[in-house]
Amino acid sequence: MHRIVILGAGTGGTIAANRLRKAFTPGEALITCIDQDDRHVYQPGLLFVPFGLTHPEDIVKPRGRQLHRGIDYVMSAIESVDLRTQTVHLASGANVTYDVLVVATGAVLAPEDTEGLTGTGWMEKVFTFYTPEGAAALEAALATFDGGRVVVNVVEMPIKCPVAPLEFCFLADWYFQERGIRDKVTLTYVTPLDAAFTKPIASARLGGMLEERGIELVTEFNTGQVDGGEGRLISYDERVIDFDLAVVIPAHNGAAYVMSSQGLGDALGFIPTNERTLQSLAAANVFVLGDAASLPTSKAGSVTHFEGEVIVENVKRFLDGQALDASYDGHSNCFIETGFSKAMLIDFNYEVEPQTGHYPGRVGLPLMKESRLNHLGKLMFQWLYWHSLLPGRDIPGVTSAMPTAGKTGAALPEKEEVSS
Amino acid sequence: MSVETIAGRDIQLNEEGFLTDPTQWNEEVAVELAQREGIETLSDRHWEVIRFMRSEYEKKGAGPSVRMLGKASGVPIKELYQLFPKGPAKLAAKIAGIPKPRGCI
Repeated sequence: MHRIVILGAGTGGTIAANRLRKAFTPGEALITCIDQDDRHVYQPGLLFVPFGLTHPEDIVKPRGRQLHRGIDYVMSAIESVDLRTQTVHLASGANVTYDVLVVATGAVLAPEDTEGLTGTGWMEKVFTFYTPEGAAALEAALATFDGGRVVVNVVEMPIKCPVAPLEFCFLADWYFQERGIRDKVTLTYVTPLDAAFTKPIASARLGGMLEERGIELVTEFNTGQVDGGEGRLISYDERVIDFDLAVVIPAHNGAAYVMSSQGLGDALGFIPTNERTLQSLAAANVFVLGDAASLPTSKAGSVTHFEGEVIVENVKRFLDGQALDASYDGHSNCFIETGFSKAMLIDFNYEVEPQTGHYPGRVGLPLMKESRLNHLGKLMFQWLYWHSLLPGRDIPGVTSAMPTAGKTGAALPEKEEVSS
Repeated sequence: MSVETIAGRDIQLNEEGFLTDPTQWNEEVAVELAQREGIETLSDRHWEVIRFMRSEYEKKGAGPSVRMLGKASGVPIKELYQLFPKGPAKLAAKIAGIPKPRGCI
């Protein structure tokens, strides 16, 4: 009997557990899933909370109930993993041994890594919408905001859902227009990157969309300090940006136990992982999916979903002593909410930039273009998330490998056309 | 992409001035690349960062971010900005002859 232990019961852990349960009979494998609480947050929903479009209670469900029968759910914080003895040490005092470990504990926010961020003004004038509590506090603050400068600041990459801060800007532009005070609000997007986004072609498009909406863009700003009392962001090279209200996306780390687990993670607690097989570089019987991995692709639910198929295949192959499937291509896609009930869709992988055309085939959702259909897609996705994606059902037409059939742009290698 | 003579060698640079082939790099190349960026002399602390960048690149295939540098290189972030003004991760990567940090995606 194989012992498979999954750390984390969020998007990645739940998909992996449910798919693995289908792949092995109860007699073949014992599957245990461990998480520290019973609150599974539909994270894409957090973006909508500050604008009153959804509420925290509508995007949280119990973790245990998303797991299929035959999966043992253990609720405890994790202290550390001992790769040598193949043991997970839990805060409850229990030890769990494994033959194969799947790590899916995601990324955690590290606001304390930025001087002053959690000091004066935190949750009064300085907010983050990356937690249900922060998003709810921001909703209250926006509702009474009657004008001034709003800055949206990404402290450092990598962050979860790298387009979310841009979406926040687009929605804020819509929100203040709806309230009739857009002319009294200055919106500024402050990023450590040298452009609006990481992928050059999408970046040019998104940068243009900021400009069209009169949203200022400040690039290469590395936030060293947040002074909530005075309302100032201060960069390491001593540039200052004043604000009346700041929406800050704090730096991210891997889960805390990773740092206490000899040899597992890097200096930030992310786990070095083979980008094709999703096997950790630390040990052959450890696989990693989702935000916990240190991979050159987005920390996003779509990525985690696409990785799920490959990881289940590779856990099977590893236990059968076969060569691993090296087919994960970095496939990522995301709906970018652009305000006024429209959204844009982008689809890309390790090598290929986001292109125009349609997804997933010639007839499908328009890519790189704002449309109402994409907005509906984004709304419908919440249903698919709970009822199709987490249970490990295949979504018709949506595959792990990036599709090319509906795309009209030439296959562009990374970093081409940067200057155009 | 262009080929330039740096420290007596023909070196390929991309449009942003990063080496396209990190094996073409040596310490003399670093000294001249630093001067082009306005850093007249490379101190021991500069070299500490440059060597860290090289070893991270060799291990992981990508240069570290500023915060990773601050945590793991032994040089605090404030000092990194004094040594490599504006963008330490980017500038140190350029001088260390490795690709521009992807900054993640």
